Formats: sequence, structure tokens, C-alpha cells
Amino acid sequence: MGKLAILLSGLLFGAGVTISGMVNPMKVLNFLDLFGPWDATLLFVMGAGLVVTLLGYQIIFRRKAPLFATSFRLPTSQYIDAKLLGGAALFGLGWGLSGFCPGPAIASLVFGRMESITFVIAMATGMIIAKQIQNRMRTSEA
Amino acid sequence: MTITEFTPWTGLLGGALIGLSAVLLMASYGRIAGASGIFAGLLTLNFDTEFSWRLIFIIGMLIGTAWSGLFFFDTSSITFSGGPLTTIAGGIIVGVGTVLGSGCTSGHGICGLSRFSTSSLAATCTFMAIAILTVFITRHVLGA
Repeated sequence: MGKLAILLSGLLFGAGVTISGMVNPMKVLNFLDLFGPWDATLLFVMGAGLVVTLLGYQIIFRRKAPLFATSFRLPTSQYIDAKLLGGAALFGLGWGLSGFCPGPAIASLVFGRMESITFVIAMATGMIIAKQIQNRMRTSEA
Repeated sequence: MTITEFTPWTGLLGGALIGLSAVLLMASYGRIAGASGIFAGLLTLNFDTEFSWRLIFIIGMLIGTAWSGLFFFDTSSITFSGGPLTTIAGGIIVGVGTVLGSGCTSGHGICGLSRFSTSSLAATCTFMAIAILTVFITRHVLGA
């Protein structure tokens, strides 16, 4: 049952980023382009996503544990430091250059377009590089 | 650049589905539905339970995308911007940034903000501002 719920959750995510049009990089770039042919759609995507999640979380967190796992695994409160903001800034740069953020990019693989495949391979490479940098920083601190 | 049509209704529907996904994953398995974190966790190639739930989620994502692409979305409308170098550079930068910044649009922007996380708020404001600035520079300053 737990695995089925995870599969369904992924399915909803994929359907959401597709139906909303986020899998189309041009639509995302036109949202980010406040001074061009502005397409406000993503504001509605974010808004609806936030309202549903916010309300859903309120109900869920009244329970002590999720249905099919022993505990909620929430990120422990993270400091707002240079790593967080620098990482977010880099993500914004890459997002603004390509119009792709990770979810829609991975989802769009099923359409078999060369750009999607190239982007996801490059993104995976970037993630591996960043994880190695992080590990090195941790060992040098210890 | 290509003009895209403003589609508030499918935007709201798609956004609500992303929200339901986040709610279902938290209610069932107690996890944040952040695409970058879920995907990055697969790259360790340690085939344990951490790996398997992430793989199941990604498989679900691909099925959901393929299915809705058949019935609810015109896949021929997908348009990319820039050449292969932009795609590669964009991908690498997004990969590095989401790992260092611990999340992306879904993890920080939807799940983090819904938990009233101040670090997610700071991250979301930062990546939105930089993305808007980047598009302004590439489109209106450099004129690409």
C-alpha cells in the first residue's frame, strides 16, 4: 500500500507539471519575463499548489506519524547561510537560462526530446559534482 | 522567443495536482515531494529502501506525464530556448544549485513554504529573483 501511494504521488506530480504547462520551457521563461510577453500561468500553478499543500499539511501534521512509515522525515531547520542562498542563486541562474527546473525536466523525458535528455544528464552531472564538493567540505571541517 | 497563451484554468488544475502529490507523499510516507532531492538521492546508486521509494516516485512521475501528455496537453507546443550549450550549462548549474541550496521549485517553493520554513522562503525569493534577472539580461540586454 505504501509503495502504491508513492507511485500515485509521483503520478499526480507528473500530471500536474504536464497539465499546467510547466514541461514547456518557453512557458516558464515567458512567466519569468516580466518585461516581455508575460505569461502569468505559473503564478496560478504555484498558488494552487501552495493552497492545497498548506491545507493538506495542516491536517497531516495532527497525526504523529505517516500511514506507511514510522515518522515524518522533515528537513531540520536550516540556517540561512551562504551555501543555501548561493545554491538558490545558481539554481535561479540555470532555471532562467533554460526554462527548466528539475521536476518538469525529468517528467519531460517521456516526450523523448533531445534537449530534455541533454538537460537531465547535465543536471545529474552537476548534482554529483556538488555532492562531492559537499563531502570534501565536510571532511575538511572534521 | 515564442509567445505562449495564458492558461489560468489548466494552471490551477496542474498546481492543485502538484499540491495533492505533496500531500499524499507526506501523509503516506512522511516525505517532502521535492523533485531535485528525490532525483539526486537516486544518483548514489545504493540500492536500499531510500533508493527504491525515490525510484517508484520517479516512475510514477513519468507515467503521469506520459498519460496526461496523451490526453490533456499538446506536447508539440513544447519549445526550447537557446542551443545545446545553453541546455548543458543550464543543466549543470541547476544540478549544482539545487544540491547546494537543498531544493528547487517543488521542495522549497511548494513544500517548504507550506511548512512556513524561513530558509525555504529565503531560497524561493532568491531563485525567483535571480531567474527573473537572468531572463531580463538574456532577452532584453543581450537580446537573445
